Amino acid sequence: MPHPTSEEGKGLVGGGHGGRVARLIDSDILLSLRASGLTMVAAVIVVAMFLGAAFAPLIAPFDPFDPAKIFLSDASIPPRWQEGGDPRFLFGTDDQGRDLYSAILYGLRVSLVVGGLGVLLAAAIGITLGLVAGYLGGRVDAIIMRIADVQLTFPAILIALLIDGVVQALLRGHAREETAVPVLVISIGLSFWVQYARTIRGSTLVEKSKDYVAAARLVGLPAPVIMIRHVLPNVIGPVLVILTINLGLAIITEATLSFLGVGLPPTQPSLGTLISIGNKYLFSGDWWIVAFPGATLAILVLAVNLLGDWLRDALNPKLR
Amino acid sequence: MLAFVIRRFLQSVVVMLAVGLIAFAMFRFVGDPVNQMVGVDTPQAEVERLRAALGLNDPMLVQFGRFILNAAQLDFGISYQFRQPVTRLLAERAPATLELAFTAAGFALVVGVLMGVYSALRRDSVLARVFQAVSLVGVSLPTFLIGILLIYLFAVQLGWLPSNGRGETVTLGGWWTTGLLTRSGLRALILPAITLGLFQMTLIMRLVRAEMLEVMRTDYIKFARARGLRTRVIHFGHALKNTLVPVITIAGLQLGSIIAFAIITETVFNWPGMGLLFLKAVHNVDIPIMAAYLMLIGFLFVTINLIVDLAYGLVDPRLRIALRS
Repeated sequence: MPHPTSEEGKGLVGGGHGGRVARLIDSDILLSLRASGLTMVAAVIVVAMFLGAAFAPLIAPFDPFDPAKIFLSDASIPPRWQEGGDPRFLFGTDDQGRDLYSAILYGLRVSLVVGGLGVLLAAAIGITLGLVAGYLGGRVDAIIMRIADVQLTFPAILIALLIDGVVQALLRGHAREETAVPVLVISIGLSFWVQYARTIRGSTLVEKSKDYVAAARLVGLPAPVIMIRHVLPNVIGPVLVILTINLGLAIITEATLSFLGVGLPPTQPSLGTLISIGNKYLFSGDWWIVAFPGATLAILVLAVNLLGDWLRDALNPKLR
Repeated sequence: MLAFVIRRFLQSVVVMLAVGLIAFAMFRFVGDPVNQMVGVDTPQAEVERLRAALGLNDPMLVQFGRFILNAAQLDFGISYQFRQPVTRLLAERAPATLELAFTAAGFALVVGVLMGVYSALRRDSVLARVFQAVSLVGVSLPTFLIGILLIYLFAVQLGWLPSNGRGETVTLGGWWTTGLLTRSGLRALILPAITLGLFQMTLIMRLVRAEMLEVMRTDYIKFARARGLRTRVIHFGHALKNTLVPVITIAGLQLGSIIAFAIITETVFNWPGMGLLFLKAVHNVDIPIMAAYLMLIGFLFVTINLIVDLAYGLVDPRLRIALRS
């Protein structure tokens, strides 16, 4: 996709403040969003979950990390509408007496932060390597793309598991609480960069042969400046779609690693950790401990994926 | 063609050496192998003697070469936690993982093809829409969540199927344990196999559906209709047959993924396979098992990719000609 110099692009960047919002609402993209009911629902869900996660400390009725407010006597209370439910706990409590609704809001926050930072890191790595490979060509290109090819033959989630497992083994549980998030973000970043690199490299190869790059070279601009100031804006378009589609995958990856016990520890639970805790109580009949975090994760990933699919089609000029 | 085979084979060797280097680096630098073997009160001289005996004072390149040579002979050292050869530990658990993986792959292939053909031929039927919805869920839901859901439905609520372990197993030929010959073994296999195969099933279904829709529009199908062939012959003899090449390729490529993803399924169902062993090794910092598993998975993916590439070279005449010139 070329640099968005179409109507809505200009409206957003240079237009006056009055017409900007109106232009955005009138644009093709929002039109196709309003046209699809399911996508609308998905968008609302994603926005609501982002807000819920962002404002978790304000919305959540309890602080699930404050041991002074957690009582074992409140443990394993079913959801409010069930027999034996407590009006204080909407979705019931877990085995330690934590309010599940609050724990889910905080868990959502952790999942979204790790998934979001993970895909951003992957994009940063992929864009840099793709740009360098495409612009410089030759041996650099060959080496980077060989690594990409090899990595592509392995499932990303497996690579993330291996990196994460090795680093956890390396740290031997030292400072697990502080290191868990960065380790997960780096694992996801190193597992998902290939797609960005291949896409960016492909468009960079096309852009490289155009006149404006030749002109920039003639003026004597150094290669990094040409790459970042001139080529990058013209090749960055498709990244948004990959970011959205990969966000769902990254959230699944984080949840899976946490479920397997190599992600976030129970003291700092993500949705995956909560599911892993609840899984132990499945047979004792305390279904809600696993059901609500599980449903939250499933709905979040489904909504993000629907949004990604729609974005891919909406930004594809061939399908307009 | 021979040059292509040789080049492709050498590439695979280079990739395996790279994987081996990572495994070696883990083995050598993550935790000292000697510290794992001796007690706290072992005298320093004894530690040094052991260090020299293990060759840990040799140049790195020599150590790496030895590691690769040993790995090529399937010697990955002794597990820290079990005090047994890693190769034996992995071999004991390989049948469980392989039976699970191949059952899952078979389930994915058969059900995926059937669902794909049906939803291509009856595009607007209710069932086809249900299949589409199932495939969306299958792609979006994480494997472990599907497993938990199946356990809750079929083990906890209905009590039809077991959710834990392999059931009774029978030993074949002295070393291969199989759960396929006992009733409890077969029952125990159902839920894990569905969990593991669901993602691949949706993948195959989508692929078959897309390919079938494409083939059904071609002239030779129209011509077959005009000749008055029976619908079933057209659908299965002509159309499906032509969609199967990409389907089998994808199914073959996915086999490695299935074995790798067994880590997750084995954890959910406490299935005593290699994946569960690997995960326990991660928790207990049992580096030799981690290194061996890494090389095993690497070997699996490299081999599958090599076979697929070579098979393409054999099957596709265009590729052959392109290589010759």
